[in-house]
Amino acid sequence: MKAAKFDYKKTSDLAEAVTALTSIEGDSKVLAGSQSLGPMMNLRLARPDRLIDIRDLEPLKAVTQATDHLFVGALVTHANIEDGTLPDVTRGMMVHVAAGIAYRAVRNRGTIGGSLVHADPAGDWPAALRALGAHIVIDGPAGSREIRISAFQQSAFTVTLEEDEIVRGVRLPILSDAARWGYYKICRKPGEFAESIGAYVYDPPSRVARLVLGGTEAAPLLLESAAATIAQTDGTRFDTEAASKALIETGEAFDPFKLRMHAVALQRAVAQAYST
Amino acid sequence: MMNVSLIINGETVTAPVEPRTTLADFLREQHRLTGIHLGCEHGVCGACTILVDDEPVRSCILFAISCDGADIRTIEGSNSDPVIAALQDAFTEHHGLQCGYCTPAMLFTARDIVNRLPNADEDRVRLELAGNICRCTGYAGIVRAIISVLEVQRATIEKRGN
Repeated sequence: MKAAKFDYKKTSDLAEAVTALTSIEGDSKVLAGSQSLGPMMNLRLARPDRLIDIRDLEPLKAVTQATDHLFVGALVTHANIEDGTLPDVTRGMMVHVAAGIAYRAVRNRGTIGGSLVHADPAGDWPAALRALGAHIVIDGPAGSREIRISAFQQSAFTVTLEEDEIVRGVRLPILSDAARWGYYKICRKPGEFAESIGAYVYDPPSRVARLVLGGTEAAPLLLESAAATIAQTDGTRFDTEAASKALIETGEAFDPFKLRMHAVALQRAVAQAYST
Repeated sequence: MMNVSLIINGETVTAPVEPRTTLADFLREQHRLTGIHLGCEHGVCGACTILVDDEPVRSCILFAISCDGADIRTIEGSNSDPVIAALQDAFTEHHGLQCGYCTPAMLFTARDIVNRLPNADEDRVRLELAGNICRCTGYAGIVRAIISVLEVQRATIEKRGN
């Protein structure tokens, strides 16, 4: 239950951090909040030769609002978001999701960037931000690039990020006043990793309707046609049977127990979205 | 070995540490602060919870070297914290501990609830305690203790307002 030996480097310079990731021999990993990497290293599921501590990188702490998006820096913690310190561009969804992540002691250090890059299928931000249609801003040796979250998320613990790249932050769309959202997490105890997550976002003016399933063994799963139907029918016909049908139609294999759980998570997320 | 500088219970300390040494092990073994307890070493049991920069954190999944410059409080250094003192009295009165293994960390989480969520009701208290496992008490006494401190705090504020 103790981590293996590693070297440690801390820098407050983004270019230096990027260079350090591949310039020194051996396997390097970025350290931010330490709330995912710490346990993995203690369990020796991760044994990097080196940690590059990025907690002093100021550009990754920025929160800036533009006319059509909110930039949230990768180092923003779940506690920051839970406490409502960010401009509310998602009509309370970000606060709601943040408050359900693990426990306050973990939320005080865990970061939104770390959660996205770690890409645990049972994590909250991967599913929630997929439903919101966020964009990921990435810094590397060649400069900055941006990628849709759908292209960023590949599978369990796997994202589209080169060894010498760091996530700078995410760009969130600004939801209109007519937008609806629902986020339902199934776990046996508050704060636990999810057995299943249902996430729904509908924003009429921008014609966006997304229904996302989290807690699978892969990347968050988008149920495209189901979302469109839900939006057209004001969620009135999306019961657990309809949810099951939508899940089966994806062609993904679910055992009966998981199928039931996923269907309930999706149905409750949609019900929540249309409850007001 | 690298040098790390921390404030530990009010005292500035600079010491060599291996990067892989957790904050918990550094404080327990190098500074004999054994009020910090290890349960799971992966962040879920809560027994290792201490204050870093006045916030509760899991010391078992932080590496000491990454906490350079931090202000650390363990239970040993909390004697003059009035909220901790009130909670300790309440834990005694309401039977909030038996073996005591979860207690130092439980007090820090309770302190966070009292300071951050002054209007918390029982449901909220229980929710916030989800990250601190107790194997002895069944939590009832712990919850009663925290609510009693919240109630006194609310009554004091109300009295001042009148």
